[in-house]
Amino acid sequence: MISVENLSKRYGRHPAVDDVSFRCEPGTVTGFLGPNGAGKSTTLRMICGLTPPTTGRATVSGRPYRDLENPGREIGVLLDASAQHAGRTGREALGVAAYTMGLDRRAVAAKLELVGLDGAAARRRVRAYSLGMRQRLGLALALLGDPRVLILDEPANGLDPEGIFWMRGLLRDFADRGGTVLLSSHLLREVEAVADRLVVIGGGRIVAQGDKTELLSGGGTLVRARDGEALRRSLAAGGLTVRETDDGLLVHAETEAVGQAAADAGVVLTELRPAAGGLEQLFLTLTAESTKEAGK
Amino acid sequence: MTTTTTPQASSVEPVPRPGVRRPSLPRLTAVELRKLADTRAGLWLLIIIGLTTAVIVTLQLVFADAADQTFANFFVPSLLPVGVLLPVLGILSVTAEWSQRTALVTYALVPRRERVVVAKLAAVVLAALASVATSLAVAAVGTLIAGTSGGAGSWEFDETLLLNSVVFQVANALMGVAFGLLLLNTPLAIVTYLLLPTAWSIVGGLVPALHRPAGWLDTGRTMEPLFTTSLDADQWARLAVSLVVWLLVPLAAGLVRTLRREVA
Repeated sequence: MISVENLSKRYGRHPAVDDVSFRCEPGTVTGFLGPNGAGKSTTLRMICGLTPPTTGRATVSGRPYRDLENPGREIGVLLDASAQHAGRTGREALGVAAYTMGLDRRAVAAKLELVGLDGAAARRRVRAYSLGMRQRLGLALALLGDPRVLILDEPANGLDPEGIFWMRGLLRDFADRGGTVLLSSHLLREVEAVADRLVVIGGGRIVAQGDKTELLSGGGTLVRARDGEALRRSLAAGGLTVRETDDGLLVHAETEAVGQAAADAGVVLTELRPAAGGLEQLFLTLTAESTKEAGK
Repeated sequence: MTTTTTPQASSVEPVPRPGVRRPSLPRLTAVELRKLADTRAGLWLLIIIGLTTAVIVTLQLVFADAADQTFANFFVPSLLPVGVLLPVLGILSVTAEWSQRTALVTYALVPRRERVVVAKLAAVVLAALASVATSLAVAAVGTLIAGTSGGAGSWEFDETLLLNSVVFQVANALMGVAFGLLLLNTPLAIVTYLLLPTAWSIVGGLVPALHRPAGWLDTGRTMEPLFTTSLDADQWARLAVSLVVWLLVPLAAGLVRTLRREVA
């Protein structure tokens, strides 16, 4: 379990993280979303005791990170896959960590196999690794101590589509077995597929958090038909409110109701799908703002 | 059709892990020793330190007068070049964590950073002791060879010289760690470490007003007696004062800096 209470970090007068609070419960995957520079990594580093917070506190399994006896056995951390000594082999990087945690050497081989780094790859120096291989090595390192909590910062970066799919399965499985996962991303689509809960951060502040389906729903239904006019009449007959958009008609109703109304009138639909929710709009706005900031 | 009835509850509840203790200081020291040798750069530095000793003894076997080919004469000259390389080892053990960004992993696994620093100090002291042992061993081999090839091959050796050489190498290695902790940057720490005492020696020699303080603060001068016979009280005092300035002060300031620094 991860608990973050009123965490803030200021650099000079600039608030990088401003009064952030959320909780991650066992058995869930929490997606920590925000555009680049929103304060995601700073928040994660503060949870892990690597960055001292200006105010507020964070606990992992009920204790501040720095008070954990052997953190690697309680919480697996992957904050930056590139943070490995270039001249060390992948196997040795894990070996050093395993020895620090007091783990059996077999743990290294088991985790290398789990993340799909074969013997040849493990014997190579990290310098020669692709970003995807570094991410896999970082995941192996995070999972090495069989922790109950995982904190991963942008773990999908550099992974190919097959790797991303594999990682989602791994995280889902980890949570389903009672683990707690907190993973950050700047791409909504990336965490949408695996997260149960979402925490959205922008400009250092939390702008939305809650259950994923709740946050993503409520956008209405987008519908198109060969005969637009007939569709409009059929929807009006069904008592549905309609608005014209570039993507077709936006209806404030579930897809089923819309489809039914069209079918009743015998209208042929060419498209019928849930519209992007309020969260997606919010997220796009945040990203646009941060791009503007960066461009200044 | 439902045929699977595997109970889910047993696997959902996380089981408290027995025997999760914090890593002991000897274990952390062993980790740091391992990290000195498990990269290509680190391994080569260790090999070069060992080779330097061998090369110096070989040169003496070839070029030194037969009468000078004694155990003590083989041992002492190898201390100086090794004494230059040991601080580099100390510096790298600290600064590589930042330049290679492994601090992110190291301090996530051991959030009590002072324990990592203590382990690094211990590891580097052990490396310094090992270097003295290597110097002794290579000098012994040189003496044996000298004995058969017409050199003096004398085994006469003042034990205080052993103590002095241990003090010399341990102090050198620890000064490296101290500079590394203070500056947290490999090239900056190495250049500063090599340049500052030299600059100080030159300035101390040129400026008359600094002659007296230089005798107390220039490690080049305060450490020199360690190569000779036993030191008197005044020489030990001068050595101690210079080491406070060049070892303890940067070590204390560097420790504070390392503990407070944000790891990113």
